[in-house]
Amino acid sequence: MIRKSFTREHFVKWVLTAFALSSLLFLFLIFIFILFEGLPLFHKVGLKNIIFGFKWAPTKGYFGIFPMIVSSFLVTFGALCIGAPMGLSCAIYLSEYSGKKLKMFLKPALELLAGIPSVVYGFLGVVYIVPIVRNYFGGAGFSLLSTSIILGVMILPTIISISFDSLMSVPKTYREGSFAMGATKWQTIYKVVIPSAKSGILASFILGMGRAIGETMAVIMIAGNALKIPESILDPLRTLTGNIALELAYATGDHRQGLFSTGVVLLVIIMILNYIANFGIKRKVIK
Amino acid sequence: MNRFVGIVLFLSVTLLLSCNYQGSSSQKKTITIAGSTSVMPFTEKMSEHFMVDHPAIVVDVQGGGSTAGIQACMNNTVNIGMSSRQLKQDELVLHEIIICFDGISIVVHPTNPINALTLKQARDIFSGRIKNWSELGWIHRKIDAVTREEGSGTRGSFEELVMNDEEIDDGIMVQDSNGSVKEVVATDPYAIGYISLGLVDNRVRALLIDGVVPTVKNIKAKQYKIVRPFLFLTKDIPKDNVKIFIDFVLSKDGQNILQKEGLIGIR
Repeated sequence: MIRKSFTREHFVKWVLTAFALSSLLFLFLIFIFILFEGLPLFHKVGLKNIIFGFKWAPTKGYFGIFPMIVSSFLVTFGALCIGAPMGLSCAIYLSEYSGKKLKMFLKPALELLAGIPSVVYGFLGVVYIVPIVRNYFGGAGFSLLSTSIILGVMILPTIISISFDSLMSVPKTYREGSFAMGATKWQTIYKVVIPSAKSGILASFILGMGRAIGETMAVIMIAGNALKIPESILDPLRTLTGNIALELAYATGDHRQGLFSTGVVLLVIIMILNYIANFGIKRKVIK
Repeated sequence: MNRFVGIVLFLSVTLLLSCNYQGSSSQKKTITIAGSTSVMPFTEKMSEHFMVDHPAIVVDVQGGGSTAGIQACMNNTVNIGMSSRQLKQDELVLHEIIICFDGISIVVHPTNPINALTLKQARDIFSGRIKNWSELGWIHRKIDAVTREEGSGTRGSFEELVMNDEEIDDGIMVQDSNGSVKEVVATDPYAIGYISLGLVDNRVRALLIDGVVPTVKNIKAKQYKIVRPFLFLTKDIPKDNVKIFIDFVLSKDGQNILQKEGLIGIR
């Protein structure tokens, strides 16, 4: 009997290890696959012509994705401008001011926000945000502004939950010490609590950026997808993700490889962001 | 442990049986068709009617786009490829069958007072030379032009028929289907775009081009010029089931169905 349960224990451990490693394998496979499909074009057209090229006309041999890289960052920055203050305020309220009961209600509600499919956000954007922007600000409505608003809301859950955790991990003694010195609650928050949770909050912003830059469906629906670098916040724009999703259905040959090259650039950007968030900032917190 | 072995055995047996089952059901003959998303909805409709009369044949219709359809047909991965643009030089080895014609209409919001454009004006709008509605005699407001994405058959035909191979401007919005273009034009009073004639309804208004209304009648009379063929492509001369299906599409019944959908028959 003992022998039997021993083998079973081993078996379960073995199976679980295999599954755990398989996730690593998938990451590796995806990476290899994208590089394999995307890199030949870099070789053929030249890194400079792809990353710094201004013209995207893959059926005619132009593969410049510079405007899309700029647009992706613009959209991400816009989303951060809207999402970061809102998310941080919300996290501060949750960790410092709200009562236990309200917290129990608010946190699951925010997690639900993260669970809404992005196509629903896109749809809301098309139906409400786009006409509002068109009627009150001008332009076609399909614009940098609308996209930033929608993405700003979409990255809220990421920002809130991670900043909330880092605010909560500030020891109670810090706050008590500050109160003992005669500081008010708000003084305590912005002079003591926020500086001690700084790196976690920054990490939440960067992970929020990662989410915004990788978002696809909602962006295609409301960004307008024009190929030029937007000249104002009311101009349409196309992001890297949007470019892939928009054209993949029809692409063959070099065009298809061009889309994979877009994917390679996107992958590199997201890996850098994640690296900064995980190793550059979070590690400091642990130390 | 025994139970676990039992589960594994059960699963593998089920797997084996299901493979076997598929094998026996594939005695039905299957015709696979893939390609242009503009032709797809109409081909699907045809296949529904066709399968009622020929229960022994299964018609499997997929999208993918004109270029993908042509490629798939060349590689022999499908029986029939669908294309909504003319074949290019290196694609002419395929056997092509024109199943019908489709007009591309240039559409605006129903409240837009402009009724007609010349072909040149349309070209100037999409090449970015005309940027403001005031240049066409309406209010001072930027034109929100919408085009299709690179690789689309509709865009390919539009570039050929309207743009004269001039380039579509970079600053113009891009949507990835006829439906999305229509949605943008239907909701934005200052928008202009182009979609299949069959999809025009009261939510958008088709413009007269060079004084000609885009209607089935005018296309048949060769008055309206922005017309593209819908093509079926086969690697060899069609035979057996493929021939039966294509004959059905070209028959009077088949063409009637297509005409009811707003396309222009070959007869």
